[in-house]
Amino acid sequence: MPPVLELKGITKRFPGVLANDHIDLKLHEGEVLALLGENGAGKSTLMNVLYGLYTPEEGEIFVRGQLAAIQEPNDAIDLGIGMVHQHFMLVPVFTVAENVMLGMESIKNGILLDRQDAAERVRDISQKYGLDVDPNDMVGDLPVGLQQRVEIIKLLYRNADILILDEPTAVLTPQEVKGLFEVIRSLVAQGKSVIFISHKLKEIREIADHVAVLRRGKMVGAADPKQCTERDLASLMVGRDVILEVPKKPANPEAVVLAVEDLRVMGDRGKLAVEGISFEVRAGEIVGVAGVQGNGQTELVEVLTGLREALSGSVRLLDHEILNAAPRVITEIGTAHVPEDRHRDGLVLGYSVADNLVLNTYYLPPVARGLVMQETVINQRADELVAEYDVRTPSIMTPAGNLSGGNQQKVIVARELSRDVALVIASQPTRGLDVGSIEYIHSQLVRKRDEGAAVFVVSSELDEVLSLADRIVVLFDGQIMDVVSAETAVKEEIGLLMAGVHSQAELEAKREAAA
Amino acid sequence: MTDKLEKEGRRARNIGIIFLLFAVAILVLFLPGTDGGGLTTFTFNTSKGEVLPLPDLVFATRLGLYLLALVTAFLGAWQLARGFEQLNAVLGGVALLFILGFLSWAARDKSMNLTGMLQSTLLRSIPITLAALSGVMCERSGIVNIGIEGMMLMGAFFAALVGSVADSYWWGLAAALLGGGLAGALLAVLSIRYKVDQIIAGTAITILSTGLTSYFSSRYLQANSALNSPPTFRPIALPILSKIPIIGPIFFNHTLLVYLTLLLVALIYVMLFYTRWGLRTRAVGEHPRAADTLGIDVFKIRYINVILGGMIAGLGGAYLVLSSVARFDEMMTGGKGYIGLAAMIFGNWNPIGALGSSLIFGFADSLQVKLAIMSVPIPSQFLLMAPYLVTMIVLAGVVGKSRAPAADGVPYEKG
Amino acid sequence: MNEKKQAAAEQHAGGTFELQGALRSLAVPFLAIVTAMILGALLIIFTDTTVIAAWGEGLGSGLRRSWEVIALAYGAFFTGAFGDVYHITETLRIATPYIFAGLAVAFGFQGGLFNIGAEGQYFIGGLATVFVGYSIKGLPMIIHLPLALLAGALGGALWAGIVGFLKAKTGAHEVINTIMMNYIAYRLAEFMLDVGGLMAREGYRPVSPEIQPSAYLPQFFPSDTTIRFNAGFLLALGVAAFIWWLLYKTTLGYEIRTVGKSPHAARYAGINVPRTIVITMAISGALAGLAAPADILGVIHFMPNSFASGYGFDAIALALLGKSNPVGVVLASLLFGALRAGATNMQGIANIPIDITSVLQGLIIVFIAAPEIIRAIYRFRGLEEGEGLVLTQGWGQM
Repeated sequence: MPPVLELKGITKRFPGVLANDHIDLKLHEGEVLALLGENGAGKSTLMNVLYGLYTPEEGEIFVRGQLAAIQEPNDAIDLGIGMVHQHFMLVPVFTVAENVMLGMESIKNGILLDRQDAAERVRDISQKYGLDVDPNDMVGDLPVGLQQRVEIIKLLYRNADILILDEPTAVLTPQEVKGLFEVIRSLVAQGKSVIFISHKLKEIREIADHVAVLRRGKMVGAADPKQCTERDLASLMVGRDVILEVPKKPANPEAVVLAVEDLRVMGDRGKLAVEGISFEVRAGEIVGVAGVQGNGQTELVEVLTGLREALSGSVRLLDHEILNAAPRVITEIGTAHVPEDRHRDGLVLGYSVADNLVLNTYYLPPVARGLVMQETVINQRADELVAEYDVRTPSIMTPAGNLSGGNQQKVIVARELSRDVALVIASQPTRGLDVGSIEYIHSQLVRKRDEGAAVFVVSSELDEVLSLADRIVVLFDGQIMDVVSAETAVKEEIGLLMAGVHSQAELEAKREAAA
Repeated sequence: MTDKLEKEGRRARNIGIIFLLFAVAILVLFLPGTDGGGLTTFTFNTSKGEVLPLPDLVFATRLGLYLLALVTAFLGAWQLARGFEQLNAVLGGVALLFILGFLSWAARDKSMNLTGMLQSTLLRSIPITLAALSGVMCERSGIVNIGIEGMMLMGAFFAALVGSVADSYWWGLAAALLGGGLAGALLAVLSIRYKVDQIIAGTAITILSTGLTSYFSSRYLQANSALNSPPTFRPIALPILSKIPIIGPIFFNHTLLVYLTLLLVALIYVMLFYTRWGLRTRAVGEHPRAADTLGIDVFKIRYINVILGGMIAGLGGAYLVLSSVARFDEMMTGGKGYIGLAAMIFGNWNPIGALGSSLIFGFADSLQVKLAIMSVPIPSQFLLMAPYLVTMIVLAGVVGKSRAPAADGVPYEKG
Repeated sequence: MNEKKQAAAEQHAGGTFELQGALRSLAVPFLAIVTAMILGALLIIFTDTTVIAAWGEGLGSGLRRSWEVIALAYGAFFTGAFGDVYHITETLRIATPYIFAGLAVAFGFQGGLFNIGAEGQYFIGGLATVFVGYSIKGLPMIIHLPLALLAGALGGALWAGIVGFLKAKTGAHEVINTIMMNYIAYRLAEFMLDVGGLMAREGYRPVSPEIQPSAYLPQFFPSDTTIRFNAGFLLALGVAAFIWWLLYKTTLGYEIRTVGKSPHAARYAGINVPRTIVITMAISGALAGLAAPADILGVIHFMPNSFASGYGFDAIALALLGKSNPVGVVLASLLFGALRAGATNMQGIANIPIDITSVLQGLIIVFIAAPEIIRAIYRFRGLEEGEGLVLTQGWGQM
């Protein structure tokens, strides 16, 4: 019997990036195939190709042995392929039944919606696969786990038998994950096939029949997750090659600059994003946060910089308690912040480079005298910084939106690192940048460290954290898995921690302590 | 979660206090002008020879006011002590009590015809209702329509011109639908195809429509009155129904356009909440990408709805001409499009709510006229202000709540 | 989508020079005006019975008659706008309140707010300015006039400030609330000025008393009473210059523009966004409020009840045409002043209804807001390919 789905040599390029490089993949009926990889490994691109959102440059897709032309989502739906997106596509003010039937409505008397019929069918599907969803509930009132099930019902209602779940556990509580796995098992037991995208090794070992590992757009391996160890999978996922070497001297940590204690932060979806973490950053060291994106890093940085309110805990910066302080207060005490989303937060794209370089100092002398901004000072400073930080721009009057990503980031780095600060917080400082810019920004962060600042770097690129940081905090599900010294860190170990698995040594130590 | 509960608790308490304030207000505002023996008379018969004439309601003004204040205070105390389930309904009830208090005061030593006033309330609310329905059609699909005023003007102008030339109100009506529809189509193209800021597009449509209709009006209609004297719809008394006391004259003795409007309210309500078109429209207005992933053509839905919305606004213009004054005047809509916008918001983007709030606005309008005739010493301007103030209060979330479709005003970008 | 935009932007940053960019950015407004004028001409031709009759006689006579009508109309138009001292001063006089109102909307746009209520703010400014103008007696002009002007500004600021406060505090959309405040303002003015109202003069006209001469804006040609051109124009230019300075040279202006361009970046930069919204709205209202003294203190010297001016909508057109830049607004206001003055003359001489100005304004707004239409007609590429003008968020998004 042919595989229910087969991808052959799928290649998808974006400007400057080879997102999918001749990828082959087979999915058999009634199995769960896990797609494993770091952020940016090409998983989502591949699935979007499969779902008709992207058109690949090369490659063929076979569904049930037939060559399929998937141009748009409707084609995929017709072929029985359904996808649960990471961000749910649900109308919150509709009931479950309404959401499910949207686009394929049940009709009675010629024109009226037959809500009862739709509810009946939803109830049938729900019972058949043990989904336990009430068709008459308002979707906006449901917890995230149930909303996800509504998404699954939407696919089943359309008779999908190849289900793609994109990072389905990222937004779920452990109990909800358990429930989801039961649902998946019940799905495959009744002949459905599932592609399960994840970076969590434990989950993959628990649910998947096969695992395919993607790294940097290439398929680097396939395995039976029950046979191989988590360590094997981790090293496949992160690779062994460290391509970035950041030249730096050993750190010389001094006084504590930032002390976080028992911090709890609510995420956007009403789920705890940071669950009681504590750590400190000292002057003269770089502390890096490793972790797959969506494990609480964004919320943590937002709290540290005053952009989000925390539930409880303490954040001390030098001698000040800054929990829930205004951003300006935190900046003025001496914090530089290279934000995660440079287009949204870090730059005003319509402003010139010069104006962007004073975004958080525009009111301070010498940039402003009283109410009046000093243009000559601003321009002079811009000239200096553009030269010093190697910002490639036609002019300091060029709108920041016209620069390349690397140069935009250099503008931010120049603005933040040129100030006299005690703490530097850099979130995903090199995401999407070219190698030259990456190296430059790394060297600047190291320089700042050597000048005596405390540097706190968050990155979902493990290589970056490994090469840049002196100490590494591994974050998983809003909690600190471990804090390790970069010198003794082993990449695979950290990969395991990032995937929510405690290292072998530690487990043994715990066992010994218990015994 | 606790935050939400707390907010609701606070709101419940505040509303209880507001009720009590209303009770106090009835006494403080209306009692001083009355004297012990004063009588208030409410009459219910129109001069159309009722089959069942109703006796007038005559009561001592003071006693009536005390009674109304007492009931209001009781509701307030109940709300504070126990709380009502159907808070908004009770809130409406309290407002009604207050208005009754006001009317009792205004009609002291005089007589006031309530039926006549409610009849004129309905008539005055019809164009506002149509404007609000136009807004509902567009905004439920995610397009903000601030050009209703202009669309109504187009409808009114076309109705007058074509109605006059063809000497037929039917042709006038059809032309009004066409005129409003054209303006709607322009809004649709600008905001969907060109992704123009929808508020600017709507403003441009109003300016353009005002200019065009005024231009043609002063060029042709004013010079040649034959072009501006369309025949009008005549009132049709519905058999039996129109004979019901009070209800009959208020609802069942009107022109076709009035019935049509009320029918449209019901029709759009059913369409919106009970048909495939409605489900898709609302999905597009709330979460266009979700609709798109399910194979629904977001743009098509929006085009259809905005053009239909324009036609409904055109109908509102036609009403002004063909059911009311029988001629077109420059800028004759006089802001009814904007009041309709307020009514739509106040009515929470729901056709029935829109009708309800239009009736309130129409009531304020007809009351103001009535009071002027009765020479009650109340500046009519403050009555006319009330609907706008209430809309702002509702919008600020102080009393009640109003929620726009989530994607309202946001251009949709495919892919 | 983003990548595409960025790539296009980089391409531009590479090769274009600034002058060419500036010319390009002027191309759309210029062509918008020209296109609107052409469409206006077509409207005039096709609504003229003599032209239609002439077309019936043949192509030649049709064209000839069309040309005659257009020449007469637009000739009257240009004479009316620029023909002699009287008409030029009339253009400038009409432009004066336009400058204030246009600045009001433009200032709001700069802060990301859509002030659609310049009309209401104008009314309240008018009430305040006229009250100070007639009620205070015996003051020297040097005190009375500034006081009356200030009253106008404060009235407008208050009226718009309420809306700003509601937006900052509750997220209530400023477009709806400014419209509501417009109608409240109309009623309030009506209440004040109606016969027997608190601010009505004795007698049976629903207007305010005459203001004291000490509150008059000085006339440029005091000897010729037909010329109504006054110092209000200089004040308008001064205020425009001040607003330009405030927006582009001060920290407050930086804050306002940052909030307008990116509220997220503004928060990141430590700017108090709600406070800035209230300030922006208040200043915008103050500017709209100042349009009233331009009319009342400068020209009519009292406030009539039916003061309906249409400034609210005109102001939106002005701000769009001027690209929300004070200099652009002044230029746009001069153009609209000429348009209005010319149209008045055109009505008198060529019998073209003055409402054609609204048609032209509406068309100009459409073309400026949807530059793709202009680019499609004239086949040139713009700086921001495929980008509509989006200034506000939807009602629901706050």
